[in-house]
Amino acid sequence: MVNPVQMLGRSALTFFERLGRAHLFLMDALWGFFSMVMRPRLLVQQLYSVGVLSFLIILISGLFVGMVLGLQGHYILSNFGAEETLGVLVAASLVRELGPVVAALLFSGRAGSALTAEIGLMKATEQLSGMEMMAVDPMRRIITPRLFAGILSMPLLAAIFSMMGILGGYFVGVGLLGVDEGAYWSQMQSKIDFSADIINGVIKSFVFGVVVTWIAVFEGYDSIPTSEGVSRATTRTVVHSAFAILGLDFVLTALMFG
Amino acid sequence: MNQVDDNDILVRVRDLHFQRGTRPIFSGANIDIQRGKITAIMGPSGTGKTTLLKLIGGQLKPTQGAIEFEGENIHQLSRSKLYKLRRKMGMLFQSGALLTDISVFDNVAYPIREHTNLPESLVHHLVLMKLQAVGLRGARHLMPNELSGGMARRVALARGIALDPTMIMYDEPFTGQDPISMGVLVQLIKLINDALGLTSVVVSHDVQETVSIADYIYLVSGGVVIEHGTPEQLNASTSEWVQQFMQGLADGPAHFHYPAETYLDDLQAGVK
Ligand SMILES: Nc1ncnc2c1ncn2[C@@H]1O[C@H](COP(=O)(O)OP(=O)(O)O)[C@@H](O)[C@H]1O
Ligand SMILES: [Mg+2]
Repeated sequence: MVNPVQMLGRSALTFFERLGRAHLFLMDALWGFFSMVMRPRLLVQQLYSVGVLSFLIILISGLFVGMVLGLQGHYILSNFGAEETLGVLVAASLVRELGPVVAALLFSGRAGSALTAEIGLMKATEQLSGMEMMAVDPMRRIITPRLFAGILSMPLLAAIFSMMGILGGYFVGVGLLGVDEGAYWSQMQSKIDFSADIINGVIKSFVFGVVVTWIAVFEGYDSIPTSEGVSRATTRTVVHSAFAILGLDFVLTALMFG
Repeated sequence: MNQVDDNDILVRVRDLHFQRGTRPIFSGANIDIQRGKITAIMGPSGTGKTTLLKLIGGQLKPTQGAIEFEGENIHQLSRSKLYKLRRKMGMLFQSGALLTDISVFDNVAYPIREHTNLPESLVHHLVLMKLQAVGLRGARHLMPNELSGGMARRVALARGIALDPTMIMYDEPFTGQDPISMGVLVQLIKLINDALGLTSVVVSHDVQETVSIADYIYLVSGGVVIEHGTPEQLNASTSEWVQQFMQGLADGPAHFHYPAETYLDDLQAGVK
């Protein structure tokens, strides 16, 4: 019988060992930036499959989230006769919170899981080993471009999400519920602060982009090379990304607005 | 080995130790691979033949001992030197390990495009030459999932020789092949070795096929080299173990079972 203390100790050791490996892995992948500069085509390909292919889901989800914000916001604000501030409410919620957070959650489901599965399967079918033996470093050839594609795409996708949301709020608030169009835009312009709101939102989505893509590529690279191993790694990517996004969001919000 | 032979040896494995967890896979193996020859490494499955190839390729590190390629200790090289050295080695994985998202043509072109700046017209010619050598020029537009196992291995072979390596390593090239593609592969390995002046390492447990083309054979089991010699020498060996293996007998000094507690103990221990 293994006693509970031993089990706790063993899982703690495994956890920290893996965490250590993940950090070395990240350093190694980031270091590959310099050789990637020589071959920008690798990055462009990944920007397409990681970023551009996530475009549609971000576009549609952003629109609906903004429309709901418009409805709910209008319902509450009209109690106080403050419907003209609907634009501020919609934009602030999106730019500060919902844009970075929801876009990152969608991104981990759409692109993160695909990255893990792709890299895990490449490992399981010995394609990564095969590359190594062809003297092609899979860290440079496969991991680095995917990591940077994720890091670059995330802030842009979050910005697009927020923009679509603001449009959605506009359609519902101004189009359906009769909020004054001039008030919607001008209140938004005067109350949303560039550094406090927009820059902080961009910083958040940048951090989420690093973390989500890091988790995704590491889980794939470190997966057990069997079908079950890859399927578990894919699940872990989505679950761990969600925890990381929501947890970090709290920390970052506390630091920025606290 | 005497001094005269020394320059002829491409890969020198000395006192190789390696373990997975606490289970020793190699405990003091010595192997020499001669230039220009086909060296076979044979042994029952699970003895660590694939592991040996990965050790030679520098994908795994020995716990003790050294592996030298052209006099350089593979495991003391920096990462960039190791990658340079690997250009001189081709390796055929059991699965073929083709890149699944690009065509046969692009797979063979892959190492050429990665490592040279040759114009596309030249790449095209080179790829067709390599594919012609393995008889699959007509299959160049197929995707890897449209190939049979034997074809995939031949494509992998074409890719393995794309950069004209010094040495090529085959991991179980004959396993799971029908007699015809088996024959094709046997001929191909011999032909390519002789025509290109390569050094070949064939890891296998298919005794007959391997013996028919090997110049020198190592029999590995239990982490050490049990016997080595030319096919004639091994066939004439008086060792029981060697005879068991060379004749493919199921029972003998070599065991069919993975190491375990005694069967009785195991059954009596009940469910834990
Ligand atoms: N990734 C691994 N993790 C743990 N043990 C392994 C791994 N790969 C192989 N082994 C073990 O190492 C031994 C040698 O494996 P391998 O080199 O594949 O044998 P062979 O190619 O001779 O059949 C096997 O008994 C196997 O259990
Ligand atoms: Mg094997």
